Amino acid sequence: MALVEIQNLHKSFGSNHVLRGIDFTVEEGEVVCVIGPSGSGKSTLLRCVNLLEVPQQGQVFVRGEDITDRDCHLDAARQQIGMVFQQFNLFPHLSVLDNCTVAQTTVLKRSKAAAEQIARDTLDRVGLSDKVSAYPMQLSGGQQQRVAIARALSMDPALMLFDEPTSALDPELVGDVLTVMRKLALDGMTMLVVTHEMAFAREVADRVVFMDAGVIVEQGPPAEVIGNPKEERTRTFLRRVLDPTHVEPTP
Amino acid sequence: MTVSDAVVEKRRGLSPRQRAQRSRGIQYAVLIVIVVVAAFTANWSQIAEVFFKPEFVKSAFTSGLPGAFLKTIEYTAGAFVIGLLGGTLLALMRLSPVAPYRWLATAYIEFFRGLPAIVVFVAFSLLPLAFADLVIPLDPYGTVWLALGIVAAAYMAEVIRAGIQAVPKGQIEAARSLGMPAGVATRKIVLPQAFRIVLPPLANDLILLVKDSSLVFIIGTSAAAYELTGFGRDLANTESNLTPLVTAGFCYLIITLPLGLLVRWLEAKAARAH
Ligand SMILES: Nc1ncnc2c1ncn2[C@@H]1O[C@H](COP(=O)(O)OP(=O)(O)O)[C@@H](O)[C@H]1O
Ligand SMILES: [Mg+2]
Repeated sequence: MALVEIQNLHKSFGSNHVLRGIDFTVEEGEVVCVIGPSGSGKSTLLRCVNLLEVPQQGQVFVRGEDITDRDCHLDAARQQIGMVFQQFNLFPHLSVLDNCTVAQTTVLKRSKAAAEQIARDTLDRVGLSDKVSAYPMQLSGGQQQRVAIARALSMDPALMLFDEPTSALDPELVGDVLTVMRKLALDGMTMLVVTHEMAFAREVADRVVFMDAGVIVEQGPPAEVIGNPKEERTRTFLRRVLDPTHVEPTP
Repeated sequence: MTVSDAVVEKRRGLSPRQRAQRSRGIQYAVLIVIVVVAAFTANWSQIAEVFFKPEFVKSAFTSGLPGAFLKTIEYTAGAFVIGLLGGTLLALMRLSPVAPYRWLATAYIEFFRGLPAIVVFVAFSLLPLAFADLVIPLDPYGTVWLALGIVAAAYMAEVIRAGIQAVPKGQIEAARSLGMPAGVATRKIVLPQAFRIVLPPLANDLILLVKDSSLVFIIGTSAAAYELTGFGRDLANTESNLTPLVTAGFCYLIITLPLGLLVRWLEAKAARAH
């Protein structure tokens, strides 16, 4: 059974039809990168996977359970899905350690000691064991994003969602975050990553999904989608991303 | 050289600094005139006699001023707690997805913010007449806390609602994505940040509450329950001298001035954090 299965997903904001029938699956242990132009609906798709956005039509199955069903225990489903946001969204009033324990103690009912042990372990995994008692404001963007990853990992998720995790970072801080994500992928974590980092997608992804205007245009192994795209829209997009100075010839 | 050229020439004669100096000089002159006129026309010995007579200051202290001071603080503190709890509840109701809760909270807030506080106090003074067997516990505190707290809750609700809405949406999304139910996310993530945001305006509400506690004497409490204004007024009446009331007035400043400093410090701290 696929870890995530999405069927015929439609989402509109008012008259803006953002997702126009998305079908796709993520298998256990798979790393899937979603690429596509800005405004194509990548974030919306990701946010439908843990129902931060409620689709108007279609189903999202997590481990076979339809989380769009109104009788589904949504909070229980969300515990299995970690999410990392472009803007980090750390809790500014809590220390780094408490950021990583607050959901463990309130949602999973772990004891304070157990939660702190797990938080320290995950912070160690992202290379921030020395920042345990710092507050988010005292950290660089790259460190904050790594805390956000540790916060999500502390809940032992089966799937991690990343929404452009490095887009808000200064260029010299991008590498640290990508290194952590690469390690996570090697450890076998199932990951769905929206990104503009083509080198990362090429290297780490098992599958790349190209989205445009609310539909999946093509998907497949990175060598095919990025290295040898079939669709003209994919080629146009990649030309623009890989060579920003390139000027389209006017028809 | 024409006439207008001459005027321009003359204006140029005064530099901006010189003009500023002249303006300041005029302001000082006006001030000195006012002070001199006041000094010669007012009957200072009588003013001192009526408002600042030392022996009445002393007698105020010996006949219950410290107790009244304490009552003012107790009344204010209790009302603040009620206002804070009630205000938080009302703010959450205003933001509730359940429409009737929103209507109820809006009606309450608009009603008590539109009403002069003194009307509420007059109403409380008449309650025992209307309901003969009504007993509000913790007399006199219960009545006072309720009367002050009911109005304070309406004001604080709006402040707290604004604070809750100022917490970025991403905070709720992060909390919910970790599997926190809405209630837990509100308690653990949203409210702590909202209260940090509204701390300066809440401290401001506290200052207003200190002053509003002076309306308590309208309820008609017994002498033992007098706060500063009630006490000062009573003693000023029996002594036929305003000194006790002035003394009570200064006691308010002892409370409100440090609170005012606290507000400014909190505001500066909040400004630094952003
Ligand atoms: N909460 C929202 N309310 C209204 N419109 C939205 C909202 N979120 C996204 N959109 C719109 O949906 C479209 C797709 O947005 P998004 O999924 O963020 O694209 P991407 O992540 O690919 O850049 C955009 O036109 C955007 O304006
Ligand atoms: Mg996006």
